[in-house]
Amino acid sequence: MADEPLLSTEDVAEIIAVLDGTKYDSVDIQTKRVSVKFSRSGEGWTQDWKSASSLVEPTVTLAGPTVSKSNAIPDVPGIVSIRSALPGTFYRAPQPGAPNFVEVGSHVKNDTIIGIIETMKVMSSIAAGVTGEILEIVADNGVMVDKDGVLMRVRVA
Amino acid sequence: MIRSLFIANRGEIALRVIRTAKRMGIKTILGVSEADKNSLGARMADKVVLLGPAPSSQSYLNVDVVVAAAVQSGADAVHPGYGFLSENARFSRAVSEAGIIFVGPTPESLDAVGDKLKARAVGVTAGLPVVPGGEAADVSEARLRAQETGYPLLIKAVSGGGGRGMKRVDRAEDLEAMVAMAMAEAQAAFGDPRVYVERYITRGRHVEVQVLGDGKRAIHLGTRDCSIQRRFQKLVEEAPAPDIPEAQHEALRQAAVRLTEYLHYCGAGTVEFLVDAERFDFYFLEMNARIQVEHPVTEAITGVDLIEQQLLIADGLPLGILQDDLVFNGHAIEVRINAEDWRQDFRPSPGKVTSACWPAGPNIRVDTHIESGDEVPAYYDSLMGKIIVSGKDRPDAIARMASALDSLIIEGVETTAPMHRKIMADARFKNGAVDTRFFEGLTNG
Repeated sequence: MADEPLLSTEDVAEIIAVLDGTKYDSVDIQTKRVSVKFSRSGEGWTQDWKSASSLVEPTVTLAGPTVSKSNAIPDVPGIVSIRSALPGTFYRAPQPGAPNFVEVGSHVKNDTIIGIIETMKVMSSIAAGVTGEILEIVADNGVMVDKDGVLMRVRVA
Repeated sequence: MIRSLFIANRGEIALRVIRTAKRMGIKTILGVSEADKNSLGARMADKVVLLGPAPSSQSYLNVDVVVAAAVQSGADAVHPGYGFLSENARFSRAVSEAGIIFVGPTPESLDAVGDKLKARAVGVTAGLPVVPGGEAADVSEARLRAQETGYPLLIKAVSGGGGRGMKRVDRAEDLEAMVAMAMAEAQAAFGDPRVYVERYITRGRHVEVQVLGDGKRAIHLGTRDCSIQRRFQKLVEEAPAPDIPEAQHEALRQAAVRLTEYLHYCGAGTVEFLVDAERFDFYFLEMNARIQVEHPVTEAITGVDLIEQQLLIADGLPLGILQDDLVFNGHAIEVRINAEDWRQDFRPSPGKVTSACWPAGPNIRVDTHIESGDEVPAYYDSLMGKIIVSGKDRPDAIARMASALDSLIIEGVETTAPMHRKIMADARFKNGAVDTRFFEGLTNG
């Protein structure tokens, strides 16, 4: 970790101005502190940086409970899984304290909202996408869900 | 004097603060969640402190956790960035009570403008015009307000910012569902479900004034135009706001300075206005008591480092810049590169960025926290980085941005870059100022 900032925007601009007058299409610069590749792209140039890793051990997996393993739940005849189109946090109710959208035994139609997925601070409501009866709630309220993670299972009407 | 700085944020703004702090010889300590332990910010900070699990509520938004981390780190000051706890008066009080400098306005100023309803009242007292509307504690109150404002109307989060919890309602029958959704989003994003209702001005431009105050004196650093928005999320920002007659332009800037001085405001802030696109009448919307995402366009045309100014003011120094010292040069544009698929209704596209080749060259600045191989986590907002270009005038800046976007190569996630290429080529944008309906006229084909 350096005490001085790495190349400033002005430094990069000067380097590119020099490179642009040469025949080179790309230049790799590697020092103890800096690893960057400048390449021609379109009519201009790009900068591709690789900064040293931090002293904190890398994060291996996303924290918190996930239902990713339930991706493997197979569909059987007559029973369909409702899956999340996006990774994110799954909510069963419109807001804390409010009743859940659906419970086991609820009858749902194609467009019945069964929950909300929060991805990058954006709330997207999730429709059942099928007509039938909720057989099982696979994803609990507030858990992290992978893309295509199973949220609920429905006995198709 | 600030010698070590705790950064209570993540993403590109954490990097932005680190860069200036290092230049000023200030040691940087970054608080990170589990999901950000190996982020670029963590790699660049002098020291990293783990705040907690990935969800913001257990890390970046948790006042007690963040204050404890700052205290433990031994920092002299805390920079809150934007979003998260940046405008949370309880947080700024807790930081001050722990004997640490909060890099931002006083808790009293945060109270006065952080709650948008209070901000409206303050604006009125300071003599600024406001849009008709008011508080709506529940659906029935929203209905009463709707009778005053008519449709279309806007539902906004009282503690809001960045478009979260904001909904446009065109028909009375949609009001109930939209109020519920806005309250849920406001609760999730700000921990405060309260909303209010405002008349929606159809042909409006979003123009804001950057200000700096030291508690006694205030100056402006000119205007920014942020009219290109989608669902109240800014997509493109430019400085100065184009095509506003000089008399009205000066009236806007002076109104912002008046409000800042009225508040005895201390720090960097932004006063937002809705400007009638034809008549140039303007209405005060809110004041953002923090650094803004789009601050680099102001830096590009003034040469002022706004983060440095924040740190100097926080250190108790009087404003070192006089209004007459400022020289405004050329035109600057910023685009936000978000991990979203604009062809699929801006569906979030988190994941590993296999390649991040950002544009480089004269008049180009890139503020990003994403290098090749870095992750865009699903827990936080989708901003990957910002490209800022400056030119001798607006057409020159647009041409330079178009060229920079052509050079950009991001692989592994979907981004909003294709949309920005389209905007830079759009005749309406090239011809001059646009209003907030611009995006509706942009086809994603």
